[in-house]
Amino acid sequence: MLIITCPFCGPRDEVEFACGGEAHIARPLADNKISDADFADYLFMRDNPKGLFLERWRHSAGCRRWFNVARDTVSNEIVEIYPMGSLPAKTAAKTTYKTSWRRDTAAEKAATPSRSKAGGSK
Amino acid sequence: MVSRSAASGSPQTQRQRAVARIDQNAPINFTFDGRSYRGFAGDTLASALLANNVHLVGRSFKYHRPRGIMAAGSEEPNALIRLGKGAYAEPNLRATQIEIFEGLYAESQNRTPSLKFDIGAINSVLDRFFPAGFYYKTFMWPASMWMRYEHVIRHAAGLGKVADDHNDPDRYEKTHAHCDILVAGGGATGLMAALQAAKSGARVILADEQNEFGGWLLGEADIKIADVPALSWVSDIVTELAAMPNVTLLPRTTVFGYLDHNYLTLNERVTDHLPSRPAHLPRQRLWKIRAQQVIIAQGAHERPLVFAGNDLPGVMLAGAVRTYINRYGVCPGQRAIVVCNNDDAYRTALDLHHAGAYVVVTDLRATATGPLMRAVRNAGIEILHGHAIIAAYGTHRVARVEIAPVDDSVTAITGDIDHRDCDLIAMSGGLSPAVHLHSQARGKLQWDDAKLCFRPSATHEPSFNIGACNGSFDLVAGLKEAVRAGTKAAAATGHKATTLDTPDVQIHKQSWRPLAAWKIPNGHASGRGPKAFVDFQNDVTASDVSLAAREGYQSVEHLKRYTTTGMGTDQGKTSNINALAILADALGNEIPAVGTTTFRMPYTPSNIGAIAGRDIGDLFDPVRLTRMDDWHRAHGATFEHVGQWMRAWYFPQDGETMQQAVNREVKAARTTAGLLDASTLGKIDIRGRDAAEFLNRLYTNAWSKLGIGKCRYGLMLKDDGMVMDDGVTTRIGENHFHMTTTTGGAAGVLDWMEEWLQTEWPDLEVYLTSVTEQWAVATLSGPNAGKILQDAGIDFDLSPAEFPFMSMKEGHIGGLAARIFRISFTGELSYEINVAARHGLALWTRLMAAGKAYGITPYGTEAMHVLRAEKGFIIVGQETDGSVTPHDLGMDWIVSKTKPDFIGKRALARHAMEYDDRKQLVGLLCSDPATVIPEGAHAVLDPNQPLPMKMLGQVTSSYFSPNCGRSIAMAMLKGGHALKGQTVFFPMLDGSVLKAEIVDTAFFDPKGARIDG
Ligand SMILES: [Zn+2]
Repeated sequence: MLIITCPFCGPRDEVEFACGGEAHIARPLADNKISDADFADYLFMRDNPKGLFLERWRHSAGCRRWFNVARDTVSNEIVEIYPMGSLPAKTAAKTTYKTSWRRDTAAEKAATPSRSKAGGSK
Repeated sequence: MVSRSAASGSPQTQRQRAVARIDQNAPINFTFDGRSYRGFAGDTLASALLANNVHLVGRSFKYHRPRGIMAAGSEEPNALIRLGKGAYAEPNLRATQIEIFEGLYAESQNRTPSLKFDIGAINSVLDRFFPAGFYYKTFMWPASMWMRYEHVIRHAAGLGKVADDHNDPDRYEKTHAHCDILVAGGGATGLMAALQAAKSGARVILADEQNEFGGWLLGEADIKIADVPALSWVSDIVTELAAMPNVTLLPRTTVFGYLDHNYLTLNERVTDHLPSRPAHLPRQRLWKIRAQQVIIAQGAHERPLVFAGNDLPGVMLAGAVRTYINRYGVCPGQRAIVVCNNDDAYRTALDLHHAGAYVVVTDLRATATGPLMRAVRNAGIEILHGHAIIAAYGTHRVARVEIAPVDDSVTAITGDIDHRDCDLIAMSGGLSPAVHLHSQARGKLQWDDAKLCFRPSATHEPSFNIGACNGSFDLVAGLKEAVRAGTKAAAATGHKATTLDTPDVQIHKQSWRPLAAWKIPNGHASGRGPKAFVDFQNDVTASDVSLAAREGYQSVEHLKRYTTTGMGTDQGKTSNINALAILADALGNEIPAVGTTTFRMPYTPSNIGAIAGRDIGDLFDPVRLTRMDDWHRAHGATFEHVGQWMRAWYFPQDGETMQQAVNREVKAARTTAGLLDASTLGKIDIRGRDAAEFLNRLYTNAWSKLGIGKCRYGLMLKDDGMVMDDGVTTRIGENHFHMTTTTGGAAGVLDWMEEWLQTEWPDLEVYLTSVTEQWAVATLSGPNAGKILQDAGIDFDLSPAEFPFMSMKEGHIGGLAARIFRISFTGELSYEINVAARHGLALWTRLMAAGKAYGITPYGTEAMHVLRAEKGFIIVGQETDGSVTPHDLGMDWIVSKTKPDFIGKRALARHAMEYDDRKQLVGLLCSDPATVIPEGAHAVLDPNQPLPMKMLGQVTSSYFSPNCGRSIAMAMLKGGHALKGQTVFFPMLDGSVLKAEIVDTAFFDPKGARIDG
């Protein structure tokens, strides 16, 4: 069982948290013109990598706040914990973000043209 | 059968001498297979049975072969016992770990009718039919036959039976703990490491599976540490540790799981060893420990040698024999043959000799020299170098062996066979480090070609392996590792202490390099001749492993599953390396190249009761009661679980059936007034500058223009466009809303809203508070609802003009401050009256009193369901299942066409949403008005079509409606909206076919004329 350091409460057992799946899936605006197939990238496609993974967690039995976690799915090492709406700072996690197939998807581009820097938080 | 009286005083013929661990002044009586025996305080069931010269204690898993006690610890594969009677009975316990107590009751397992005569042993004769992979091969027979064989096989092959009474009367506890350093294993090195770590002030927990600390030293006689007998040294350290406030000692506690981030699970057997369990103590306690550092000092397991007949009772591990002699004062045999590939077994020969047994040493090695061998020779013990036991024979115990000279690699017999009589074989095939915890924690292993074992290399978690489990079998080397690990682990937690001196050790010098001899030849071709066992618990022989290799199994993971080697409850503690080596040999490969399997928790079987702890029965899940619950109970309500809530289901009167009661309640709500406890509805208080905008995005319809004091029904979708919840939300103020959700969906909806606020729209200023339990809610519904409210003392004008449908007013009822919502789930004039939770019961009783003159009728959830179905109102989770859109429900009217966005909007525009075979909500009228079509029944258009029939969909709600005077139903049918007026059929399990017409869902008052009473 993992120890996860909630940015608001500190280190706690995994049982206090709920995993919210892949992080940084930008939500296309509703009036987008992208195809159903492209929209499916946002709606249905989720990564399941062997290695570093950027995912969302919620301190469900604590402060109920969401945050991002960069976790190695092989070693379960938690490389970085960073706030919602921001991007990871550690090199490995940064690379994972930058090299994700999502960065080139029509779904992400349709999220908001002006948000490419900040990165979608959901 | 032997009579009880004759047996009760049975002499412990094998008890040789007084030893410190056995209190001969404290006799203990126990029963094994109906016969009474006597042992002493300090005995295990195994040692006490051996003291009484009982070797035969069980039958094997597959062949029902007689089996005895092989080991002295938790690695025991054979001596599995059913302990206790009735509801207390527990199967598959290792006799070697059961401390005896007065009145202990034990039975052998897997034998019919008795241990000595077992009809299942015929399996042994029919062994040609039970080769490796038997179970898998059986599947290749005709499947219909498998159904028949399975029954027989499952009874023939197996372990013990669980208690007949499944209600475990014992209590179990769970506890959580943190420490700086957890030491797993309290033998010499574990104690040393714990002391070193504890001296630094670090918080240390030391756990050991045995009843006392000392590990393998408890079974030795000739070792001195720091110039005192080893066990004196042990007790000095234990005394010192026990006195330290930063140390927790946990004897009888097995560290059975090692999980991520240094999280370990331990099972403490708190009262298992007591004749009766004190009420204030649990039977067992599950510890969940988070440690900063872990020191693993698990020790090692001795390996059996693989020779024909090696599974007979009386064939034991050499180290175990030493333990029975030195710790328990029991010599397990009088004519012993020691067979070994290493030096260590010579120490057993010496101890057997000193215990008075006649001993012969059969050493597979052509030569072996050193002080130990000299000592054995000087004692006058015969040593046969370059010899092996090629077969052992006996009926219920070993009686005779064949010994023959073998070549240097122990692959061929090189001379004449010599026959010897014996009643004990002490075998040693070298040591395997217990790498289980290290491996569970995903530590790596490396093959040690000199010591012939896998030992830990890189650790994955912050941990250390020390002593025998690290492959450091030499005590001095182990103690040095212990001091080092204790120091380093303490330093890693920010603690420091002076390094302790490694104590002097007096012990016979010996080599730790065994001879690689994995399978001893017996002069027969593989698969012929007597069986040589590799895995004793699962009855896997050397020829099974060879056969698997011949059949193409090259990976150890496949071998394991195909032959079931190492898959017993002992996880192959004694068998894995032998199986691996024989497989490697058969494949012509090196052992490390074949690999090793991964160990998983639990290290030893752990009681499910301990894992469940107190989370059973009433404590399994919290139960939530409404404030009116006492009234419901006092008035004979029946209840149903809705999530954690207990809701009044219906209120039967004077022997009414459920149907009669529900009919009466449903009728009353439409003819006079009904009262429903609606307190369980989810309620969320929404405030903030952007509250309305948030609702716009959350619901499918528009919210910005909703007036203060007005209510609106809303449908919430997931972003895939599917309905997830519904409810009425009311504007309390400009930036303040009161949302209701379904009873079951309340927590999920709040989480859902928080998720969107925090992760997608953090720019919105909205605050959410669950107020479900702050409000008690009574729903008054029916034509007389207004009059009753009037009589109950409402302090504002109820006329529809002043208080129209879908609005909310704050006021008082009989002095109780209330928020009253004019919303309706029945289609009748209806008021949802919310008061502070503490006033819930007062409100309820006042309304009942005021309504008495009108015949007010309390109704439960069942009547509520019928009433809403009469109106065609859906229930999310009943009509919907996560694959239903508003359009499917015929609720297009609630989906805004103009809002720029709401959750699910884009998904509703998907092409797939336009398919005309989507399931759609319809009403059904059964051709027989008295018949209620079962919910879940599947509809077809043509009941005479060939199987499998084309299904249209299923009935989602179905009731008898007293107000319609007939049965009604709702269903989700493919293309249902276009099928109105058509007939569909429902083939029933009994062969009958029901028939129904597809209609609109509004069965009663379709125009909504009754809403104002
Ligand atoms: Zn928190």
